Amino acid sequence: MALVEIEGLNIAFGARRVIDGLTLRIGKGERFGLIGESGSGKSLTALAIAGLLPETAQVEGSIRFDGAPLPASERAMARLRGKRIGMVFQEPMTALNPLMRVGDQVAEAMRLTETAGAPQIEVPNLFAEVGLELAHAHRFPHQLSGGQRQRAMIAMALAGKPELMIADEPTSALDVITQRKVLDLIAEVCTRRQMTLLFISHDIKAVGALCARVAVMQAGRLVEQGKTAAVLGAPRVDYTRRLVAASRMPKRPPARPPIGTPLLSVEGVTRDYAQGGLLWWREKPLRAVDGVRFAVGKAECLAIVGPSGCGKTTLARMIVGLDTATAGQMRLGETAYRGTDLPPRRRADVSLVFQDPFGSFDPRMTVGDSIGEPLRLLGRIGAGERRARLVEAIEAVGMETAMLERYPHEFSGGQRQRLAIARALVTRPRLVVLDEPVSALDMSVRGEVLALLARLQADHDLTYVIISHDLDMIGAMADRVLVMDAGRIVEEGRPAELFAHPQHPLTRALMAARLPEVA
Amino acid sequence: MLRRLIGFAVTLLLAAAVIFLLLDLLPGDPARFILGINASAEAVAALRTQLGLDAPAHERFLGWVWGMLHGDFGVSVTQRAPVAALIAERLAVTLPLTLIAMAISMAVGLPIGILAARRRGKATDTALMVLAQTGVAIPNFWFGMLLTLLFAVTLRWLPPGGFTPWQEDGWAALRGLIMPGLALALPQASILARVMRTALVDVTGQDFIRTARAKGMTLGEAVWRHGVRNAFLPVLTILGLQFAFLIAGTIIVENVFYLPGLGRLIFTAISERDLVLVRGATIVLVLAVTLTMLLVDLAYGLVDPRLRERRA
Amino acid sequence: MSWRHLTRHPSLTIGLAMTLVFALTGLASLVWTPYPIGDIAIARRFLAPGGPHWLGTDHLGRDLFSLVMSGTLTSFVIAALAVAIGIGIGVPMGLAAAAWGGPVEWVVLRISDLTFAFPAVIVAILITTLSGPGALNAIVAIGVFNIPVFARVARGGALSIATLDFVAAARLAGLGKAAIALKHLLPNILSLVIVQGTIQLSLGILAEAGLSYIGLGTQPPATSLGLMLRDAQSLFLIHPWLSLVPGLTIVAIVIALNLAGDGLRDALDPRLRREGLSHGAG
Repeated sequence: MALVEIEGLNIAFGARRVIDGLTLRIGKGERFGLIGESGSGKSLTALAIAGLLPETAQVEGSIRFDGAPLPASERAMARLRGKRIGMVFQEPMTALNPLMRVGDQVAEAMRLTETAGAPQIEVPNLFAEVGLELAHAHRFPHQLSGGQRQRAMIAMALAGKPELMIADEPTSALDVITQRKVLDLIAEVCTRRQMTLLFISHDIKAVGALCARVAVMQAGRLVEQGKTAAVLGAPRVDYTRRLVAASRMPKRPPARPPIGTPLLSVEGVTRDYAQGGLLWWREKPLRAVDGVRFAVGKAECLAIVGPSGCGKTTLARMIVGLDTATAGQMRLGETAYRGTDLPPRRRADVSLVFQDPFGSFDPRMTVGDSIGEPLRLLGRIGAGERRARLVEAIEAVGMETAMLERYPHEFSGGQRQRLAIARALVTRPRLVVLDEPVSALDMSVRGEVLALLARLQADHDLTYVIISHDLDMIGAMADRVLVMDAGRIVEEGRPAELFAHPQHPLTRALMAARLPEVA
Repeated sequence: MLRRLIGFAVTLLLAAAVIFLLLDLLPGDPARFILGINASAEAVAALRTQLGLDAPAHERFLGWVWGMLHGDFGVSVTQRAPVAALIAERLAVTLPLTLIAMAISMAVGLPIGILAARRRGKATDTALMVLAQTGVAIPNFWFGMLLTLLFAVTLRWLPPGGFTPWQEDGWAALRGLIMPGLALALPQASILARVMRTALVDVTGQDFIRTARAKGMTLGEAVWRHGVRNAFLPVLTILGLQFAFLIAGTIIVENVFYLPGLGRLIFTAISERDLVLVRGATIVLVLAVTLTMLLVDLAYGLVDPRLRERRA
Repeated sequence: MSWRHLTRHPSLTIGLAMTLVFALTGLASLVWTPYPIGDIAIARRFLAPGGPHWLGTDHLGRDLFSLVMSGTLTSFVIAALAVAIGIGIGVPMGLAAAAWGGPVEWVVLRISDLTFAFPAVIVAILITTLSGPGALNAIVAIGVFNIPVFARVARGGALSIATLDFVAAARLAGLGKAAIALKHLLPNILSLVIVQGTIQLSLGILAEAGLSYIGLGTQPPATSLGLMLRDAQSLFLIHPWLSLVPGLTIVAIVIALNLAGDGLRDALDPRLRREGLSHGAG
């Protein structure tokens, strides 16, 4: 018998319908995956099952849990939720009460569900089960790492011994290695406790690895469902096909200009941050980047990979001149510099594409003004020349000139990232640094942006330095990869070799964290 | 912790310097003012020396600060009594009044705010917020006048003004502070209600409330058990600011009810050019305000564990 | 702001409309009042409202309606000038603190703390001791206390923007800190400053009333709403009307300003679009 049965579910907010005619069934003990991009309604579905929809939602259709419709009374629904459904959400930092110790929050979950067993014994057991130490129970959420917080959330979800676990993007906010560990933990816990799992994500590979049956949602509708192998291996609906194709990074076109002499060389660059304290209480400086040394050839695409906090972003900022090295220097062409002392004329040769398309444009300026801002680095140029450059830049990224007059909020994430690339190109740079260029974008859009980047590199004779944690993207785009850990470069090589024969323990961990290709 | 205390001391010292400088700029000779226009030059000079007005400015400033650290705020030139004693006597009215007003405003404002948040969007909420909106707009001293009209003139329950010293009759003293306390409390309670409501509504939208509900609590339970404490943080900041404003507000309200508090002392001192008294009373007011801010800062650290460590 | 904004936010419309009415009434008093406010006619004092004197007369026989008109103007002018001081000095201070950080920020914060320690009343006391009471006294006293308020708002707003990528992009484009503050930070905190400005305006009117009431603000022969209450202080037990008129006027103006401020905040702040799911994607 099915544990969860949804029939003809419609959810609307005012005039806007966000879920349309949803019907699905989750069997007992089954691992069910729900795939969709932002706005697809997948999270709302989870909330509907748990009875957590906002008050303003208008709901039609039926949802049955274990054969019975969801209780109408809020109290009864709350008790059902606590006892039989365990939920894990995306942002563990905000999902935990910052003022309460973690152990107390887990113990509270036990008390609420009147689970048998003394909290003093059960809570440590739960912690051990999710891989946390007992000491963590006395800490506050902000004292734990992202992965530890998520484990605590899982412990909280398990406290009531639920039958169904709903995990809504549980790993999206974590770094690559931790992601894999948490996914494995969820799989293990569900198997051991024989729980039903509803796993919601935009990450097709994660869903494919974990779930036996999947459903694909698009704009509030369920477009396809069935066994994982069938849906992802031989998708029948076009949308699913596109999603699956997007999860495989495009291969670079073989025709590319050859890699030339070094354009950028980084020579023993170190960056220390002073820690607070007065005089002799001053703490040791934090070394974010430690004696990094490498060179990038013309037309090369170099990738820098590493876990969060390894210093790759700091390094990128120094290269583009936003930050200054404490020791060592960098050389761009003929010019030696240490960071912020990069002369304005040379600044035009380097550009940076930021990660978050939503924060990288001033909401009060037109897109044209924003894209044209770097042109000041070229000194005085006439209005005609300026206009020509703007047109050139925006057309290069495949968008129309008319869009220059619009404002950032009128564009989607993928479009904004293209505009960010246009801004990076407007000064006709030689070197472009890209900080996680596609991580914040929807899956279906990533492929297009990457293809654009590849094309631009060939057309405009660009050199790329890409910062990322996305190994698949790197495998598709990069000629050479540097692996960074705690400020140092620990391994270097071509992607194929690194994937096949990783040497350094960190590289090995990164490779092990990779999820298998879908189909 | 140490840093905050040092900051507090520095601010206080700077404030004292500002007060001293401002009053030092006063044209005219206090000694001559006291003795009158017809006094002889020698008498004036003698008084100047006696009052220590001949010393250079920084010496006088340091002397003043040093004295204050020992509890000596100088001697009032007009009342010939130690300033500290005069201020303490007046504080016996101002301080209890402030505390009463604070207590009333919290006891009324916070529950209203919580109630309005729980009934968000419904008629109760709108009605309470309209009330609060009006309450904020009413000048406290004018409200005092209205209260007097109602309770003293029409109903004759309370005296219209004046104050019986605590030593004479404690109850009468208290009765004299009820209306002023209410007058002061009204706008503050309204502000507290609005802030509490906004803070609770904000907290309700937070993720950890959703987690609490996922654990098995209803929305109401989740907000009560998890939300209120978190909502209290912004309220705490406002409470501190309010206390500072209350202290300043008592000066004005005393006028309505003819209370012998700090305010009237200062006004008399101003009109009689008693600089020592003005200086002393002002620094006491500034001290009260700054001390409140410091206490709020410290309390914040106590309530929010994220602020306890020096670095995240 | 478009008409659509106004129709969707009733509190903004009502608040602005009411404020406009009061402000215009005040301005009108510059050219015309039913009776000249200096017109003392002891014979006609304490008249009840109605008849030739719409709101009655005070203890000197002056027409209350005219006094209210003129007093409204004074209150508005004083409060507005105080807000101007606060914005003119406070906003650049706050922006500088956010843009430059380091020692600049430290100095700004210390000045803020220091100024916060001096509520308007205390500053007014000090200035009065120096140079006697007056409207200028009130303006400076209230203005000085506005400075740290706006500095705090400007700094807070600027800090939350300064970490966004477009500011880093501007630095990459070669803009210095001053240029970034002017071109990117200021336009984005403008709505915050405007909302705070309306709030401080309403607080300023209350503060002016208080200062004039205790005699440290507006002095006769000028008139302000607080001064009218001061005049009523000794008489209101017998003639309550004298305190009701200016008091109710103050209440009405402040409510109008607060409504406008709340409405402005709702209209300008996109955060308040509550449709339910406040945590991102559906």
